[in-house]
Amino acid sequence: MLNKHTKIIVAGFGGQGVVLAGNILARSAVMEDKHVTGMVSYGAEMRGGTANSTVIISDSKIASPFVVTPDVAIILNQPSLDRFEPLIVKNGLAVINTSLVSQSGSRDDIERVNIEASDIANSLGNKRTANIVILGAFIKKTNLLKPESVISAIEELFSSKKPALVEVNIKAFNAGLDGVK
Amino acid sequence: MCQAAIEAGCRFFAGYPITPQNEVPEYMSSHLPEAGGIFIQAESELAAINMIFGASAAGVRCMTSSSSPGVSLKQEGISYIAAAELPCVIANMQRGGPGLGNIRASQGDYFQAVKGGGHGDYRIIVLAPSTLPEIYELTMAAFDYADHYRNPVLILGDGILGQMAEPIELKPYKPVVELPEKDYILDGCKGREPRIVKTLLLRPAEALVEFNEYLKVKYARIESELKLCEQYLTEDAELVVAAYGITARIAIDAIDAAREKGLKVGLIRPITLWPFPNEAFKEVVGRAKKFLVVEMSNGQFVDDVKLAIDCSRPVEFLGTGGGWYPTPEKIFEKIEAVYK
Repeated sequence: MLNKHTKIIVAGFGGQGVVLAGNILARSAVMEDKHVTGMVSYGAEMRGGTANSTVIISDSKIASPFVVTPDVAIILNQPSLDRFEPLIVKNGLAVINTSLVSQSGSRDDIERVNIEASDIANSLGNKRTANIVILGAFIKKTNLLKPESVISAIEELFSSKKPALVEVNIKAFNAGLDGVK
Repeated sequence: MCQAAIEAGCRFFAGYPITPQNEVPEYMSSHLPEAGGIFIQAESELAAINMIFGASAAGVRCMTSSSSPGVSLKQEGISYIAAAELPCVIANMQRGGPGLGNIRASQGDYFQAVKGGGHGDYRIIVLAPSTLPEIYELTMAAFDYADHYRNPVLILGDGILGQMAEPIELKPYKPVVELPEKDYILDGCKGREPRIVKTLLLRPAEALVEFNEYLKVKYARIESELKLCEQYLTEDAELVVAAYGITARIAIDAIDAAREKGLKVGLIRPITLWPFPNEAFKEVVGRAKKFLVVEMSNGQFVDDVKLAIDCSRPVEFLGTGGGWYPTPEKIFEKIEAVYK
């Protein structure tokens, strides 16, 4: 409606870590003292099904927390592109995991960033970090948040539960940053 | 909500799982014992609310949470707790109904919450937060109001508030009202007269009449003292939108858009649904030509808005049932359509 916030949707299949990716974005924004709301699709979700997570980041107070027409869609698989690309605002951005999206969408009024996130994740030895790779690409393209904030958020989230995964996720994030010119 | 409850001294929680509020018992199950409290996953909602009855009678700050169908099951216990004049906090993160409905967000339990879901002539204080920081603050306050008035307090949220994320600033707990000494609790009568907590009043025959008269006075006192409400751009508003909880947040986006187009639109957002902030509505009724009620039900809250203004202005309505929410665009369209 009023374009004062950045509305982001992260979408993929269940198990790709879209909720985690949204969480990391939200936490990074909190670290930068921005206004943030976050929501996840919930309901009959399961591993392999579709899932999405929405985050609004703003310098001003956020009223409605819903994202109907995202400014940015971070797309991890084909069904998510099919579903969310048509909803992106004019001149919006799609960040696409081209490892798993073969048919590019039909919009010619949005910008696209393509990154082979799953392949890069595989090359790092942990295919589950594709979500973090694509976050890196998104941050590099938009500069919406400082990379240091995202790295701190990754450290914060992983170090309590899975400290062994901190390093590979930071590598994945940096690979995403490097993957975009 | 959980963090606020623990900081406010809640030391007993009993609940039974139901979506979309499972995060509450999940958090409590690990954090409440760390704070020296007791968490019980009860065998049913009925058991949970009756455990709250017992914990409160023993003088402990206590809480239960559920979502719509589960809260229906608790109603008998809530009536008993109100009759026994015991403090407690109940959270209802509403989902779609009737029946098992769905697990999306709804505001379909307004009547149950505000008009009394259980039997008998009783009232409970109903708080309707619209943001997570507000849930945090109101949960702390809920324990204070409950103790101050010796009455159950219901936090009426919904599945969206139950599932969304938003940063909160932690603040040290400070009571918002005076907390009287709990001179009614059952904590062992060694060295004092025994006390009785009961809800059955058969003798003398007039005992219950007197008790109801007493409750009437107490509820009137709560009504005169406790009314919370937020107004947004109502100073010059010709159309006043009335909405509570998450719906009010969505409405603000629509109101901002309407203001950009030069339409004089404002918002009244009741924070206490009982007592209902009638005065706020009476205050704007001289200026406002029309009201628009937006809620996630097909018409419950709207009745109280009409009563608050004695039907002295047209009240338009935009409702969504079945666990769906109105978008800012939809509310904006409605504002444009009814604004004249």
